Amino acid sequence: MRPNDRRYTKTHEWVKIDGEIAIFGITDFAVNALCSGNEGDLVYCDLPEPGRLVNAGETFGEIESVKAVEDLNSPIDGEVIESNTVIEEHLEVLSKDPWNAGWMIKLKPRTKNLAEYELMDAPSYDAYCAAQKH
Amino acid sequence: MIAYPLPPARPVESRSPADPMPAPSPTTPQRTTLYDVHVALGARMVEFGGWEMPVQYGPILDEVRTVRNSAGLFDLSHMGRVLVQGRDAVRLVDLVATNHCARIPVGAIRYALFCSHDGNPIDDVLLYREPENVFIVVNAGNRAADVKWLREHAAGLDCHVLDQSDELAMLALQGQRSQQILQPLVQGCDLSTIKYYRFGFGEVCGMPRTRISRTGYTGEDGFEIYFPVQHAARVWNEILRAGRPSGLAPIGLGARDTLRLEAGMPLYGHEIDAQHNPIEAGLGFGISFAPEKGDWIGRAALERVQAAPRRRLIGITTAGPRAPRQGYELYAGAARVGYVVSGSVSPTVATNIGSAYVSIGYDRAGTALELDINGKRQPCVVQELPFYSRTRK
Repeated sequence: MRPNDRRYTKTHEWVKIDGEIAIFGITDFAVNALCSGNEGDLVYCDLPEPGRLVNAGETFGEIESVKAVEDLNSPIDGEVIESNTVIEEHLEVLSKDPWNAGWMIKLKPRTKNLAEYELMDAPSYDAYCAAQKH
Repeated sequence: MIAYPLPPARPVESRSPADPMPAPSPTTPQRTTLYDVHVALGARMVEFGGWEMPVQYGPILDEVRTVRNSAGLFDLSHMGRVLVQGRDAVRLVDLVATNHCARIPVGAIRYALFCSHDGNPIDDVLLYREPENVFIVVNAGNRAADVKWLREHAAGLDCHVLDQSDELAMLALQGQRSQQILQPLVQGCDLSTIKYYRFGFGEVCGMPRTRISRTGYTGEDGFEIYFPVQHAARVWNEILRAGRPSGLAPIGLGARDTLRLEAGMPLYGHEIDAQHNPIEAGLGFGISFAPEKGDWIGRAALERVQAAPRRRLIGITTAGPRAPRQGYELYAGAARVGYVVSGSVSPTVATNIGSAYVSIGYDRAGTALELDINGKRQPCVVQELPFYSRTRK
């Protein structure tokens, strides 16, 4: 099972509350859809500048592999505090560790109550991914 | 011509208001006989043109390099194979196809398109000229429309349109080592006598009278072979085993798309489709306006385009971080002057490349333009296609 200390979106982002901030990134399923375990196929990631306000579901950046471009969507509302600039130069981090080292954005959340959003816990997200694989 | 890029994980084209791509078919995708073989090789399977096909077995860029440096094996059994048989076969093809079939030497192959009356293509195809019959290789996604189109126009002619796609497998062996790999598996045919865009018949892996053509969609030397589908797994494995010491590897449709783009070859749904005619796509070599060909479908429309083209297909390279993608628009200052139809990271050219339509006047090599990537501008430069060309044997 995927880590259950966080919540998941249908567009394959994860979000986790850590004290006063929210952290999010993309899941192993999203990374695999882009590069199928071939980390060299990831070519570009565009993350927002600190200070940007985002709403749940809003596209805040893009990630690109040799053959595909995927939007990055914010799971919740808030203000961007920091982007993980390491990723932009070292995309392989995403396939090695999407859950920790591969975090993308730190956000000052509008609310820490994730129940306000339509998000899945780990068991639901696992089932959701399994269903997508036919 | 003819190959198969993968659909992006989420289609980039959907961002373009001028999206020319048809909606994906809601029906279950078909599988080639080699489906289980691909899965066992670790392929990632995706839907393409109504088929579930291997997009890659390993890193896509490594697969591109393998084909450029040694050789690659492709399952192309999803593509359509149609035999037009009978006394009027050539006549039918000369009515529906843009090239002059009657002038193709027996044993030779020519690129052509099937166009509607408006001059826009229904498909692009390869014509294999036999003494009486014409064997035609068509795109998987357009096969049904092609067969219907041929049959409709065969009415009153003495010929028969036979769709052999389900009975024949098709493999491509591409790369400079193709001949040395394939020859030991072939009896009764010296492959060196089959020149570029020619075909012959020989015994391949014990199968008698197998069609072998020196064609491909990668810009490299290589062969395509056609044989009864029940032999597919055995022949695939025998070729792969024979070629392993030479560096042969199975290659997916992802690398195939990059290889064809580097070589400046069009892909239906990108460079050409129901809104993009072959004249402006630079495919005049596959079109004959010779009086002896007589009238053919789309001729009048294409003559008008030829007299006054409005745009032209060109290559773009960009040193920026993003690869061009279908649907991105091109600007010269504030003026929108064109749009991208294909794009890729290119290991061979060592930069990001794309093909694009630009208005006449912005099509000269060296013209500096900007790509609009969802509101962000990235510089790019126009160049003539192809990006890559090997020295032909």
